[in-house]
Amino acid sequence: MAPLVGALARPNDLPFLEGVLRQADYWAVLWARTWRGVVASSFLSPFLYVLAMGVLLGGFVEADADQLEGASSYLAFVVPGLIAAHAMQTAVSETTYPVMGMIKWQRIYESMLATPLQPRHVVGAHLASVALHLAATCGLYTLVLAPFGVYESWWGPFLAFGSQVLTGMAFATVVYAFSTRLRSEEGFGVLFRLGVFPLFLFSGAFFPVGNLGGAAWLARLTPLWHGVNLSRMFALDNVTWWIAGVNVAVLVVVMLLGWRWSVSGLTKRMLA
Amino acid sequence: MTQSMTESMTEAMIVARGLRKSFRQSNGATFEAVKGIDVEVRRGEAFGFLGPNGAGKSSTMRMVAAVSPISGGELRILGMDPAVDGPAIRGRLGVCPQEDNLDQELNVFDNLYIYGRYFGLPKQVVRDRVGELLEFAKLTEKAKSRVDELSGGMKRRLTIARSLINRPDLLLLDEPTTGLDPQARHLLWDQLFRLKQAGVTLVITTHYMDEAEQLCDRLVVMDKGVIVAEGAPRELINEHSTREVAELRFGVGEHAALAEKLADLGERVEVLPDRLLVYAADGEEVVARTHERGLEPIASLVRRSTLEDVFLRLTGRTLVD
Repeated sequence: MAPLVGALARPNDLPFLEGVLRQADYWAVLWARTWRGVVASSFLSPFLYVLAMGVLLGGFVEADADQLEGASSYLAFVVPGLIAAHAMQTAVSETTYPVMGMIKWQRIYESMLATPLQPRHVVGAHLASVALHLAATCGLYTLVLAPFGVYESWWGPFLAFGSQVLTGMAFATVVYAFSTRLRSEEGFGVLFRLGVFPLFLFSGAFFPVGNLGGAAWLARLTPLWHGVNLSRMFALDNVTWWIAGVNVAVLVVVMLLGWRWSVSGLTKRMLA
Repeated sequence: MTQSMTESMTEAMIVARGLRKSFRQSNGATFEAVKGIDVEVRRGEAFGFLGPNGAGKSSTMRMVAAVSPISGGELRILGMDPAVDGPAIRGRLGVCPQEDNLDQELNVFDNLYIYGRYFGLPKQVVRDRVGELLEFAKLTEKAKSRVDELSGGMKRRLTIARSLINRPDLLLLDEPTTGLDPQARHLLWDQLFRLKQAGVTLVITTHYMDEAEQLCDRLVVMDKGVIVAEGAPRELINEHSTREVAELRFGVGEHAALAEKLADLGERVEVLPDRLLVYAADGEEVVARTHERGLEPIASLVRRSTLEDVFLRLTGRTLVD
């Protein structure tokens, strides 16, 4: 990340980390107010999802491990994908309305940028908060589901957790960049309907993308499939390492491109 | 950079030469908001940008605040180039924007404390300053209140207090009293006077002539992106207007015709939709001679010339539409 940050920095700029840390108190105050909601929803939503999809719906699914990418049950198949998809949704909800609000409704960014802080510090701190939220959500999700026997090894959940947070961050940076360029919140409706919802359904979280037949390659192009696949391979201890490498590379590249677009988007929007 | 610019930089807080700002509009056309202005603000003075909405005041202020790159000309703030030293410049500025951008969800204390941290000030230093600034803004008892519970005047005072958290060398106030009731305005003016006495350099934009006259040592009058006059408020009035103005109100639609009949009573006559303004050294005499001619205004008023009259003279328009 350092070279990318460096590419945008000039000699007299405030150092990146220092600028981000100067906002720690602000985000700590926000977190102090919202953490209960984050924790409660992080416990509740895995229960509801797993109950509905894994147990009640999954009870009708009878398939052997070959058809479920190595999973011994539909529950074990669906959980790692669900958490990755949930990471995407969390990231999107944290980088749409909140970003637009800070740009044009409460105009928090305007007040921040009147100080020595620069757009990359502001973006950096906001995305760090999103990363923390993702870590909390995915971590709690994993903890809640661990007793259900959906993980095949002791290290699987840790790597799966890392891949879920990475998946969330890839979406967070890209959607943040989108939000900085959006003039009105109506664009979010389009994003949810034409972007997030189809991805959620068709990126392999609920069924193997092979079932899509000729369209499977299309699903494999989406960043969410890379996240779902990575998360599931680790959780099921069924890792093909070169595919895992491709999955990680795609997610990292998307995240870094999103980061650049976010900083340039906020700069153009706020410092015209 | 010319030698004179280098010299003036050392003592001036702001130096602008041929400063321009243009924006690309959504239809592809370029809109020039600031069309080459020269400005110099000296240490310790209160300097004003007076002009109607759309004159280019706020665009100029954003360039001076180092949050909007210049489109042409030269600009030095505190001797530094905003394109290179933006963070260092902003670290020594206080900015009070036209619309309050306080964090509505935080309480009064946190709004100040968190803002101080953005400047890299140590926690204890910020805490001490917050106490002083709450006192200054008369908000000590409201420290734990949420911002959305404050009145408009209190929010404005809090915004100004927040802009002082880094003890700025230069305080930028964009339309500081717009939207406030008269009592709140006077309270705010009093606080700005105190800052000025404490040696803070103030730069104020306003479309209120009384505010400019009250607060500014020196000002520029802007219209359509250019400076049309520059000087101390009293100098500008002496130079561009008469000592007094007689305001005469006649029946609807009669003003234009009557202007000719009264033209010789003063140095000049302005026709407004609802009244005539006759500029003369002695306004009472204008009223008396109007009556002598058998003309009976519905209402008449004699007053001193103000910056409003200067603006009307220079641009042919009033400041507030």
